[in-house]
Amino acid sequence: MQLTLWTYEGPPHIGAMRVATAMSGLHYVLHAPQGDTYADLLFTMIERRDARPPVTYTTFRAQDLGRDTAELFKQAVSAAHARFQPQAMIVGASCTAELIQDDPGGLAKALDLPIPVIPLELPAYQKKENWGASETFYRLVRALAGPPAPHPAREPGQRPLCNILGPTALGFRHRDDLIEIRRLLDSLGIAVNVVAPLGATPADLGRLREADFNVVLYPETARSAADYLKKSFGQPFTQTVPIGVGGTRRFVEEVASLAGIDPAPVLDGPGSRLPWYSRSVDSTYLTAKRVFVFGDATHAIGIARVAAKELGFTVVGLGTYGREFAREVRAEAAEHGIEALITDDYLDVEAAIRAAAPELVLGTQMERHVAKRLGIPCAVISAPVHVQDFPARYAPQMGFEGANVLFDTLVHPLMMGLEEHLLGMFREDPEFHDGVGPSHLGGKSYGTPADGAFEAAERAPADTPPTPAPVPILLDRAAAWSPEAEKELKKIPFFVRGKARTNTETFARERHLPLITVETLYDAKAHFGR
Amino acid sequence: MNAPLLHQPPCGGIELRQEQGQRAVFCGLTGIVWLHRKIQDAFFLVVGSRTCAHLIQSAAGVMIFAEPRFATAIIDERDLAGLADANEELDRVVTRLIERRPDIKLLFLVGSCPSEVIKLDLSRAAQRLSGRLAPVRVLNYSGSGIETTFTQGEDACLAALVPDLPREAETAVPSLLVVGALADVVEDQFLRLFAAMGIADVRFLPARRANAMPAVGRNTRYLLAQPFLTDTARALDERGACRLPASFPLGAEGTTGWLRAAAEAFGVSEAAFEQATEAGRARAETALAPHRERLGGKRVFFFPDSQLEVPLARFLARELGADLVEVGTPYLHRGHLAAEIELLPKGTRVTEGQSLDDQMDRCRAERPDLTVCGLGLANPLEAEGLSTKWSIELLFTPVQGYEQAGDLAELFVRPLRRRALLEV
Repeated sequence: MQLTLWTYEGPPHIGAMRVATAMSGLHYVLHAPQGDTYADLLFTMIERRDARPPVTYTTFRAQDLGRDTAELFKQAVSAAHARFQPQAMIVGASCTAELIQDDPGGLAKALDLPIPVIPLELPAYQKKENWGASETFYRLVRALAGPPAPHPAREPGQRPLCNILGPTALGFRHRDDLIEIRRLLDSLGIAVNVVAPLGATPADLGRLREADFNVVLYPETARSAADYLKKSFGQPFTQTVPIGVGGTRRFVEEVASLAGIDPAPVLDGPGSRLPWYSRSVDSTYLTAKRVFVFGDATHAIGIARVAAKELGFTVVGLGTYGREFAREVRAEAAEHGIEALITDDYLDVEAAIRAAAPELVLGTQMERHVAKRLGIPCAVISAPVHVQDFPARYAPQMGFEGANVLFDTLVHPLMMGLEEHLLGMFREDPEFHDGVGPSHLGGKSYGTPADGAFEAAERAPADTPPTPAPVPILLDRAAAWSPEAEKELKKIPFFVRGKARTNTETFARERHLPLITVETLYDAKAHFGR
Repeated sequence: MNAPLLHQPPCGGIELRQEQGQRAVFCGLTGIVWLHRKIQDAFFLVVGSRTCAHLIQSAAGVMIFAEPRFATAIIDERDLAGLADANEELDRVVTRLIERRPDIKLLFLVGSCPSEVIKLDLSRAAQRLSGRLAPVRVLNYSGSGIETTFTQGEDACLAALVPDLPREAETAVPSLLVVGALADVVEDQFLRLFAAMGIADVRFLPARRANAMPAVGRNTRYLLAQPFLTDTARALDERGACRLPASFPLGAEGTTGWLRAAAEAFGVSEAAFEQATEAGRARAETALAPHRERLGGKRVFFFPDSQLEVPLARFLARELGADLVEVGTPYLHRGHLAAEIELLPKGTRVTEGQSLDDQMDRCRAERPDLTVCGLGLANPLEAEGLSTKWSIELLFTPVQGYEQAGDLAELFVRPLRRRALLEV
């Protein structure tokens, strides 16, 4: 048994629902107890879908267990077929139905429906959501892509043709990534055969074989299927995930080479604004900012690279909750000279964040809350996410526009961090403390200093429950400041004063100095200025 | 699935049907989300699967981040291999949990579908752990979907508390017990109303703290504040307590009926009752009047969810003039709801149980002005042009009593107002 408060992934049948909901003309009959229909609201609320997921649940109850749950399941399959008239169905069991050991595949087969009915084996007590999505997509492709055959040679003059594999329902920015990647392929002159699972029908899966190669956007959901298509139809697939400018350029080169065409038109094109923004002097302060990255493997790896190579951050932590891709994340972490964190326990992640003491956290919804608790700026870069990360606006993560989005996403919380930092320093300043009003209003305070408490309460979002006070990271006792040193410190411009204070105290602590003198202040300055 | 509707003999003046098939409802585990806020030193440990953990996470929303007092012990393959291991594993998990949260006085082991199906004996585990962890008390109940629907989780939880309640002396003077979790502010309002009538000894189940649970005995008279407390009522009856039949305190009329039941049982004079409730009734009337214009004549359809549907429908029909198209309820306790059924307009179509797709077909055919339903259905129905009120809010928001009557009406009016406001 594992004590769990927060889970990064749902059970595997949620993964199957993500595939079924992404497609059309497919229906999923899930043998599951009453109550498991809660999963519908992930799709209707978080992703704001305008239709119910194409899932029929048997919703059996205790009184049914004494009778024939197998019969109930067969009735559900028949009724769903009659009502929805799908091109194909998938059938399977949720965790409880797995225990009662009805055999959904066998029972559905006995009904002898005139459409393909694909049984799913999703071991709910071992595997999780992403595995469930991957397995479901693989089973669908295996069942519907047709018998293995060598890939026919392309007619001369025909545009190269590819499939795009991986986007699902409830995927983090899958909707816009797809638009961005389609645009990229189009400007290379590559035609798209089938996109799956998102928007595909079972019949479309029967046409997958017609493509020359496959573009795998999310290995978590599509690598098994792509492996199968490679084996069966000789279709190679892309290994590069187009996240960041570098990732996108490598992706374009890889795709062009798979298609046998010239990548130059895209590589020499306008590309992304990120490189210039990142080079502009305004970004200098981003240099070597300590960043902690956690999420699914694809996003964690891709965004750690962007952070290090495109924004000049230092990656001080990198990890994933998805064990399926632990190897890849470990390899990437080694590139940054750190050890990867592979865990699905948020308490481990919180401990690692504390230990790494980053200046920016990039993670999931959970890391957002951990960072909030620790008072560290943060941005969300991976599922699981709440409703606000299924935005109305165009917001891809992939391709050149995705890189623009990433620049803003990764830098904005820091800008706010810097602002907050400056404001904090203003507060200490005699001319800018809380009690002083704006100069255009005559510098008169519009409230008493006690209003600070009110202001803080007002700034806290009203709908979030109070979180426990942040636990301070550190520390041994700081050395005392001599009055002269304190006076000298005040001569340093306020916007670097905090930094000077921290550095000096660190310097004194490391050397076990009981008292900070003016000498210590300048010794520390020399030491850190090296 | 989709069995034909069974026509039942008439029940009061309503047209009652029962329906079987797919149900789109929460399981009883969801009750934890509000119960843990109410009993401030209790912890709810679900013994279940990743699905259970994921459900609570999805239902609790942002609450999950506030170090909430609930968690899931996820059963894994090793536990399924042998049940002896599962018990040891549970003890280990619970011990670790109590070490981490020494502020916990009461621990509920909450059964789920997987734990029920593998017949993990949580009541024995609770006894065993109660001995080992004293003074922390350990109780158990089932919130599984195979046994409970949504609010029935609260019923199961409170019923588990009842045998544990202190025994009231045989000679004690009659006391009033209000049963069902209410918002603190609502409890306090009711306390003031009862005090004004001269009923001083009023207790609440659940209490806000584990060690302050009310005593119960032969002289306890209890009022159900919620319509879904079947098992809790039975357990209280077994302790000798006596239920006061009443309507439920939703809307002004429901509240008056509910208070009157207590007044009659405690010999409060008509004059004293009038005086105590006069101001509240007047304020409720003032608050309701503007909403009547917006809801009067509007056709309302309820999908089954919480068992609050019948009293809510009664409120909408009688105090706001709405027309009831269909009132779905997951379960209809005819005894507890007798007063409510009596007040429903003659011929109201009440459906007990659900066959989801058939019910959606009926809803689409009727095109009601307002559909009260769960979050899995709300957006799809909105996309079809139907106004919806998502029903879970009715559990999380204080809606009982005179002072909340206007707020309750507002919850139903808001979607209609919004639809009228939007131009795009």
